[in-house]
Amino acid sequence: MLRKKIVTSIAVGAAAVLLMTACAAQSGGTATAGPAAKVDLPVLASFDPPKGAVLPAGDGKATCPAGLTLGYVGAQTGANAQLGINIINGVQLAVDQHNKANAGCQISLKKFDTEGDPGKATGPVTQAVNEADIVGIVGLPFSGESKATGNIFEQKGLVHITPSATNPGLTTNGWKTFFRGLGNDATQGPAAANLLTGKLKAKKVYVVQDDSDYGIGLGTATTKALGSAVSGSDKVITAQKDFSATISKIMSNKPDAVFYAGYYAEGAPFDQQLVNKGFKGAFVGPDGAKDDQFIKLAGDASENTYFSCPCIPGELIPSFKNAYSAAFKADPGTYSIEGYDAATVLLSGIDAGKTTRADLLAWVTSYDKDGLSKHYKWSATGELQAPTVFGYKVSKGKILPIGVIG
Amino acid sequence: MLELLLRPAMENDWISFDVPSLIQNFWSATFDGLTFGAIYGLVALGYTLVYGVLNLINFAHSEVFITGCYAVVLVLSSLGFGPSAPTMSVGLIILSLILALVAAMIVSAIVAYLLERVAYRPLRRRNAPRLVFLITAIGASFTIQYTIYLVRGANPEPAITMFRTSPIFDVFGTLITDQQILIVVAAVITMIATDQFIRRSRTGRGIRAVAQDPDTATLMGVNRDRIIVITFVVGGIVAGVGALFYVMLVPSGVQYSGGFVLGVKAFAAAVLGGIGNVRGALLGGLLLGVIGNYGQILLGNSQWTDVVAFVILVLVLLVKPTGILGTSLGRSKA
Repeated sequence: MLRKKIVTSIAVGAAAVLLMTACAAQSGGTATAGPAAKVDLPVLASFDPPKGAVLPAGDGKATCPAGLTLGYVGAQTGANAQLGINIINGVQLAVDQHNKANAGCQISLKKFDTEGDPGKATGPVTQAVNEADIVGIVGLPFSGESKATGNIFEQKGLVHITPSATNPGLTTNGWKTFFRGLGNDATQGPAAANLLTGKLKAKKVYVVQDDSDYGIGLGTATTKALGSAVSGSDKVITAQKDFSATISKIMSNKPDAVFYAGYYAEGAPFDQQLVNKGFKGAFVGPDGAKDDQFIKLAGDASENTYFSCPCIPGELIPSFKNAYSAAFKADPGTYSIEGYDAATVLLSGIDAGKTTRADLLAWVTSYDKDGLSKHYKWSATGELQAPTVFGYKVSKGKILPIGVIG
Repeated sequence: MLELLLRPAMENDWISFDVPSLIQNFWSATFDGLTFGAIYGLVALGYTLVYGVLNLINFAHSEVFITGCYAVVLVLSSLGFGPSAPTMSVGLIILSLILALVAAMIVSAIVAYLLERVAYRPLRRRNAPRLVFLITAIGASFTIQYTIYLVRGANPEPAITMFRTSPIFDVFGTLITDQQILIVVAAVITMIATDQFIRRSRTGRGIRAVAQDPDTATLMGVNRDRIIVITFVVGGIVAGVGALFYVMLVPSGVQYSGGFVLGVKAFAAAVLGGIGNVRGALLGGLLLGVIGNYGQILLGNSQWTDVVAFVILVLVLLVKPTGILGTSLGRSKA
């Protein structure tokens, strides 16, 4: 008797659930997708690298002692691992090209995984600086981990070039070994603001930032540059999965665009949930969100997305793109070319006979040459002079460059 | 010295109350909170049942839940679902979702069953002290987490959009979507069914008997081991239901470590409602979801969600240490 009752109640329940699903799915079909009025920004078709850029191969006559090693320290796993993998591949490509051309100088590459986590980065960095063979480092990719470990490099006099950490505060620590291979967020913030209010013609922008050093710095810089166009702001945290409270505030605020200062691991689900709630405006993310993983995680919700990035579209340089694709069976990603260029700066120093940490540090400090992506010359604090910021948009599941935005 | 430490915190306006925003977003925060809370409730049920019967905090229950989520993702992605809204017919979508639901229930139930057999039963045989169970539970949790990590890697699974949500009702100027209604209604139905199962069925009576007094229950002819296994399996099945709706609500939330935080909150929900109490699990879940949302909007920062939720938990426990509805799985009310 009782069993029968239970079975009946479960059956009724299941039927009700099915009915709900049916209604849900049916009404879902008629909903409109994507932003309503989208500004169509033309795609950048080509990018001319500087003529006479230094390439890793050099003149092919370099000789150096055996056993010299370059290091990569940064994310290989973790929630935002893809940004690190893009860089590793760029560095690996430079090292491979160098070794192929220079039989008399074989450099090896050693990788240390931080998971992109400031709390875990000190271990791998300590390990890297204590390996006597390592004369130069490409890394660390993220701002939080760079901040946490800069002192360790400084103490050991080991030069490191970050291909992607953009927090402006990193160069204010008095570190002599830290070099930034791209523009910082003091330039990216205004550029993102320009993309939002200038190119996308947004009158009201809602600014959301995460709790990383990177997100906080960029959120602050962009808010300042946007000025009165900021209609509201909210904060999210690393590893957050549900953004409904923030989305409620955005939906009642009705902005033309949302700017998200953070990485793709949170940015992509945030955009996806935002679009699912019926948001029709543009979503603008920074370099930390600009990766194909964003599209993979957000699906067709990402069609409303634009990115600002102090990174150069390496995929538009045929020689680089072809070599990269041949080696890794994938197109170059965000910061692949920055990783490649950073490794090239170090490799060319070794080729010029700078085979100790002190010599290589002096080499980078006084470096003044073109790389494939841009001119490399650093200020006394390690900031690049004359950086540029590019804009990108998502179109039909691909990230396409739309030209310089600042 | 203390002043020096506190100064940076005091200089930044680290806390500010945004009351207008809370008033403006009150209803949407309530409905979103109820939706998420319903999922907390479903997961909380597994904690509550096992605690009621064994007085064991089964910390590995969050992994029972996340493996169910993986089952949902794997089934749906093999059926052609992806981050973009599916283009297939409505009937096919419903069929796929049922398939995913069943898969999640089965997988979660199997994991819960194995957990009981491999991790807990051997300890029970040896009359291990309660602390050992707790440590084993944490160990089992890590074991399952990192097994998933080895198989599926560190990246979250690509999003699965089950259907494009659309608003149905307009309540106090806030749109309620079909998805929210579906989740809350389905969660409540599942909870009622479980509650009825425990209150009315023969097995349910066995569960209550073991919860009340395991030795007497055994003397009365209740097979204790069997009842315990069933308790774990029921918790697993309900977690599987929760898994489907979690993936529906948070399409890209499936990651090897993704169950942990949700598990802690679901456990908190169980404690808030009264651990060992089936109805308390749902009540605690809904409350925790809503309170967390209010806190976040009032304080303007997601970092406050958990702070507010747990402060309320502590306050409730100070007043009523057994939780809102009290611990009553074994009592006659159940």
